[in-house]
Amino acid sequence: MRSALPHPIFSSLFFLALWQGLAVLLVSPALPAPEAVFRVLYGEIESGQLPYHLGMTLARLSVSFMLAMGLGSLIGIFLGQHEKLDRFFDNWLVISLNVPALVTIILCYVWFGLTEVAAIAAVVANKLPNVVVTVREGARALDRDLLEMAQAYRFGRWKTLLHVIWPQLFPYLIGAARTGIALIWKIILVVELLGRSNGMGYQLHLFFQMFNVAGILAYTIAFVTVIQLIEAVVLKPLDRHAKRWRR
Amino acid sequence: MSRIVIDIRNKAYPATHGSAGHVAIKNLRFELDAGEFVCLVGPSGCGKTTLLNLIAGLDRHFEGAIKADGVGEMLRIAYMFQNPRLLPWRTVRENIDLALPAGQDGKEVDHLLDVMGLAQSQGQYPERLSLGMSRRVALVRAFAIQPTLLLMDEPFVSLDAPTARRVRQLLIRVWQERPHTVLFVTHDLREAITLADRLLFLSAPPASLLHEVTVDIPRSAREDEAEVEAFRNRLVTGHPEISELL
Repeated sequence: MRSALPHPIFSSLFFLALWQGLAVLLVSPALPAPEAVFRVLYGEIESGQLPYHLGMTLARLSVSFMLAMGLGSLIGIFLGQHEKLDRFFDNWLVISLNVPALVTIILCYVWFGLTEVAAIAAVVANKLPNVVVTVREGARALDRDLLEMAQAYRFGRWKTLLHVIWPQLFPYLIGAARTGIALIWKIILVVELLGRSNGMGYQLHLFFQMFNVAGILAYTIAFVTVIQLIEAVVLKPLDRHAKRWRR
Repeated sequence: MSRIVIDIRNKAYPATHGSAGHVAIKNLRFELDAGEFVCLVGPSGCGKTTLLNLIAGLDRHFEGAIKADGVGEMLRIAYMFQNPRLLPWRTVRENIDLALPAGQDGKEVDHLLDVMGLAQSQGQYPERLSLGMSRRVALVRAFAIQPTLLLMDEPFVSLDAPTARRVRQLLIRVWQERPHTVLFVTHDLREAITLADRLLFLSAPPASLLHEVTVDIPRSAREDEAEVEAFRNRLVTGHPEISELL
């Protein structure tokens, strides 16, 4: 395989070439050429529009991400350790996992008004069940042997949490974080589209109304780049760090 | 150091929806003298591990008492489990240091690592070690906290014979450097005779004390396999109920 497809960069170049070819062939405003899109991207960055809206979205993303991870981990650990409560709330989890994102968003806006709090709450409510389920899995799988060892050697609560429990949960938390980012940023755009007057979702909505496909693609490129950067600079190194002791 | 009295009147596991309940230990009473090496011998599944868990305080649901009769002395217990139970995400050295009680320095650990031939490996993660090495690390951890009572639960099973012999010799060596009470569980009679001052035989479940033998072979002659074998033969022919157990 390696000799046939030498480097990922070629696949990107091939993709750009395909795009360019199609755009030239179709000559339609529905598919602007890559060059036109990058011109719009540059213009939007220079005017400060894109950094502003991207910044708003990223701010919402980080707040709701942290809330969902924090709350979800606490609930997940708790349910993972209390079998009876877990069985009682399991149905709630299954239901909330299956409520469509759009429903939660609409309900949040109806109940709390078109406010920032409602927007954040909608994102958190969508992400929370996912985190709970993942972390609960980790808390259930805690190694009893090692917990006994910690008890026999009188580790105490704090040492046990830090050296025995936390390292076992960490891979699950990282897993939840990685799928979490991917999920949240898709939902957050819808939240902004429906009830905010800034952010990526709002901008995309405007472009849609003006049939500005180049604008939509330019914002998409910027957003995907930022999310990939977060993945590569923050989450992947954390993941590697967590796995350093493995053979 | 003090004598330890173990008196377990009843230890039962209640029935759960997975399994029927059963009585694991019934009227088991014995004493451990200070600095004594005692081997507990019994058939597999006779409640030996249960007994050690009770003594270590991991399981408090039983009728009876476990106490040291020294004056106001707290037992410091080290427990060497059947599997090494090292934290895979901490290095060898960190695993040992974590078990140390607050305020104890690492000089003893350095010495023990040296004796066990682990000084080179203290920065390694446990998954990179062989089973024999992991067992030695667990042994260092147990000795490092300078226990008054060391519990050992068949710590040398599934080691090949030469490795097991070597680790047993190391065990005796560090134990003689700083004598303390050892309760060593095994189902291997030869191993028990090689190590112990005194043998306790447990019955099939519910476990109770069946027999008690003092091993009078001098420590210097314990490596002599003929000597150990002769003792074993005398024991088995003299007490047929023991050979039935094993």
